[in-house]
Amino acid sequence: MSMVDGPTPLHTAKADQAAEDREAVGTPPGSSAAVRRKGWFGGLGEKWQELPRQKQWAVLIIVVVLAYLLPVINPPLISTEPGNDFPLACQTMAVWALVAVGLNVVIGYAGLLDLGYIAFFAVGSYVAAMLTSPDSTFLKIPYLWTIPVAMAVTMFFGVLLGVPTLRLRGDYLAIVTLGFGEIVRILATIIPAMKGQVGFQNLGHPPGLDAHGVPIFANSNGTPWYWLTLTILIIVLLLAGNLERSRVGRNWIAIREDEDAAETMGVPTFKYKVWAFAIGAGIGGMSGALMSGQVGFVNNQKFDVVTSVLFVAAVVLGGAGNKVGAILGGALVAYIPLRFTAIADYKYLIFGLALCLIMIFRSHGLLAARQQLLAYGRHAYNEVKARTDAKSAKAKAAPGKEASL
Amino acid sequence: MIPTLLTVLPALSTDDNSWITFDIPSLMQNFWSATFDGLTFGSIYALVALGYTLVYGVLNLINFAHSEVFIMGCYGVWFTLSFLGFGPSAPNLSLGSIVVNLLLALIVAVCASALTAFVLERLAYKPLRKRNAPRLVFLITAIGASFTIQYTIFLVRGPVPEQALTMFKPTPIFDVFGTIVDSQQLLIVIAAVIMMVVTERFISKSRTGRGIRAVAQDPDTATLMGVNKEKIIITTFVIGGILAGAAALFYVMKIPSGVQYNGGFILGIKAFAAAVLGGIGNVRGALLGGLLLGLIGNYGQILLGNSQWTDVVAFVVLVLVLLLRPEGILGTSLGRSRA
Repeated sequence: MSMVDGPTPLHTAKADQAAEDREAVGTPPGSSAAVRRKGWFGGLGEKWQELPRQKQWAVLIIVVVLAYLLPVINPPLISTEPGNDFPLACQTMAVWALVAVGLNVVIGYAGLLDLGYIAFFAVGSYVAAMLTSPDSTFLKIPYLWTIPVAMAVTMFFGVLLGVPTLRLRGDYLAIVTLGFGEIVRILATIIPAMKGQVGFQNLGHPPGLDAHGVPIFANSNGTPWYWLTLTILIIVLLLAGNLERSRVGRNWIAIREDEDAAETMGVPTFKYKVWAFAIGAGIGGMSGALMSGQVGFVNNQKFDVVTSVLFVAAVVLGGAGNKVGAILGGALVAYIPLRFTAIADYKYLIFGLALCLIMIFRSHGLLAARQQLLAYGRHAYNEVKARTDAKSAKAKAAPGKEASL
Repeated sequence: MIPTLLTVLPALSTDDNSWITFDIPSLMQNFWSATFDGLTFGSIYALVALGYTLVYGVLNLINFAHSEVFIMGCYGVWFTLSFLGFGPSAPNLSLGSIVVNLLLALIVAVCASALTAFVLERLAYKPLRKRNAPRLVFLITAIGASFTIQYTIFLVRGPVPEQALTMFKPTPIFDVFGTIVDSQQLLIVIAAVIMMVVTERFISKSRTGRGIRAVAQDPDTATLMGVNKEKIIITTFVIGGILAGAAALFYVMKIPSGVQYNGGFILGIKAFAAAVLGGIGNVRGALLGGLLLGLIGNYGQILLGNSQWTDVVAFVVLVLVLLLRPEGILGTSLGRSRA
C-alpha cells in the first residue's frame, strides 16, 4: 500500500487477533453499529465505502464544482427566487452549514449539548463589526483579518464558559449555555459601546473592485460571499475530518459514548471536552463574522436564543456526529424558510416539533453517523469485510481514507 | 485582576452615561423594599424550581419544557380572569369575592399546568424511556418540546403580551423599617412557603413521597422492591405542574403584563439556577435557592442600575455556584450524588 493511504499497522498479530475475535462473534467492526444506526440514506454510505478511492475523489470533485456553480446555475426548481435572491440564499445556507459543522463538533462528536451557540455567532459578528465598522471607536483592521480574530476571541469565550461547567455532567452545560446566549443579547443591549438596536453599519468586506468600480463583495452580491464561505467551509471540513480521525476525535467519541468508561480508560475527559467546546465556539465565531460581513449590519436583534435552538435542530436533523449530515441539516434549515416563504412564519414550530419527532422516532437523523473504527478504520473494515466475503479477496480490499467528506 | 477589570470595563463606554453603576447609596436607601420584592420573586422562583428539582431527582433530566408548563398556568390564570371580567384596573371587591376569584384562578392554573406536565411526560419522555435513550436525546427532546409548546402558543395568541389584568389592589399591611409590606407580597410569600412545606412533608412522609425518593436513589432497586416506577414518574411531573400552576397565579398577580408566549423562558432559567443554587434534587434547597436568587437579583439590579441586570446577575450566580460548590448550598439529597 502506498504512502498516501497511511501506514498499515493492522497486520500485527494483535490487530489480526482482534479482527478475528470480532469475526468470531459475527460482528465485523462498523457493521453492527452501522446496521443499528442506519439513516434514510444508510445504504448510500455503505456503497460509498466500497467505491475505490479514485472514484470517490472524482465524485467529490464533481460535487464541489457543482456546489461552487450553484448560484450561477440557479436551478429552476431549487431556486428560491422570486421570493429571495438565490445567491444570497446560497450564502445563508453556506453559513448555516458552517454553523452546523461547528456545532456538530460539540454535539455530535463530544456529545455536549450547547444551547447558546448563537452567543458565539454573536460574539464573532460583533468582533467583525467593532473592528471594521466606521461606527465603532475601536481600531480598524481589514475585514479578512477579523475572521481569525473572531475565531480567537470566541474560542477564548468558549474556554471561559466551558471551564466552570464542563467539569460537571453535560446537562448543566445545556442550561449554562442557554443562559449565556441570552446574556450576550442583554449585554449587547445595555452596553453603550455595543450600540444596542442602533447597531453598526457599513461593515468592512474583502478588497477588490469589479470593472465598474463596484466592490466585488457588495452586500447584495451573494455569489462571491458564497464562494468565500464555501471555501472556508471546505477547509473547516478537511480539518474537522482530520480531527475526527485523530486521537482527539477518538477521545471525543469515547466521551460521547460513555464518559465514565472513557475516564477510566485514561482519556482526560475534561481537557477534551474543553477542546471540543472551544473549537466549536471558534467555528461559530467565524461563521458569525462571515454572516455579518455579507449583511453589512449588526445589531442586537438577530441573536436570540430561538435561533440557537434552530442550530441544534440543524445538527440533529442532519444526524449528529456526521459531517455530511451537518451540512445537509444546516443548509436545509436555512433553505426551507427561504424557499417555501408561505411556511416561513411557522419555522420555529416546525423545527421544534421536528426536534422532538426525530429524537423519539429516529434519533440518528437523516444521515446516521457511521460507528466504524476511525483512523485506520477503513483498512480494518475492508480487511475484515474482505475476509468475510471471500478469503481470497483479502489482498484486493480497496484501501483509502475515511471518506465521509 | 478584578480592580483592573473594573477600570477597563467603563472605558468600553463611548459616552459618559453609566450603563453600569455601583450605586451603594441607592441600594442602602431601597434595601428593604428590594428585600421584600426579592422575597416575593424568590418565592415564585422557588415554586418553579421545585418542579425542576423533583424531575431532575427522579429522571436525572433537566426538564426544559417546565418553563412552558409554567406559562400554560399563566394562560390559565389569564383566561380565568378575562372570563370573570377583570380589567387593567383593579375593581373594588369584598374580601370574600377576591378569595373566591383567586381560588378559581388557582384551580384553573393548576389544572392547566398539571395537564401540560402530564401530556408532556406521556408524549415526549415516556417513549424515550421505553427505548432507553441516552441522556443527550432526552435533553434535545426536552428543548424541542419546550419550543413546540412555545410556538403553538405563539401561533394561537400572537407575539404581543396579553392585556394586563389585575385582581385586587395591594393594600399596605404593616411597616418594616419605614418600608410598607403590602397584602400581595405577604400573600405570595406565605402561600408559597406553605406550599413548599406541604410538598416537603409529602415527599418525606407519605407513601408516594417515599416512592419518589426511592426512584431518585435507585430506579432499578426501587422497581424490584415493588415501587411502580412509571406511576412515580408521572406523579412527580404532576406535582411539579401543580406547583408551577400556583407559581403562575402569583406571577400574574405580581407582573400582570408578563403573560406572553415566551414569558416563561427566562423565568425557567432563573428557577433552574435557583434549584442548582440550593442543591438540585433537594426540596428545601429549592426554597432557599429561590429566595436567595430573588434577593441577589433584586440587589444586583439596584446596585448596577438597570433592571436588565437581574438576569445577568442570576446567570453569573449560577456559573459561580457551579464553579465553587456544584452540589449547591444544601447539597443533593433527593437522589444519589451526581458528581
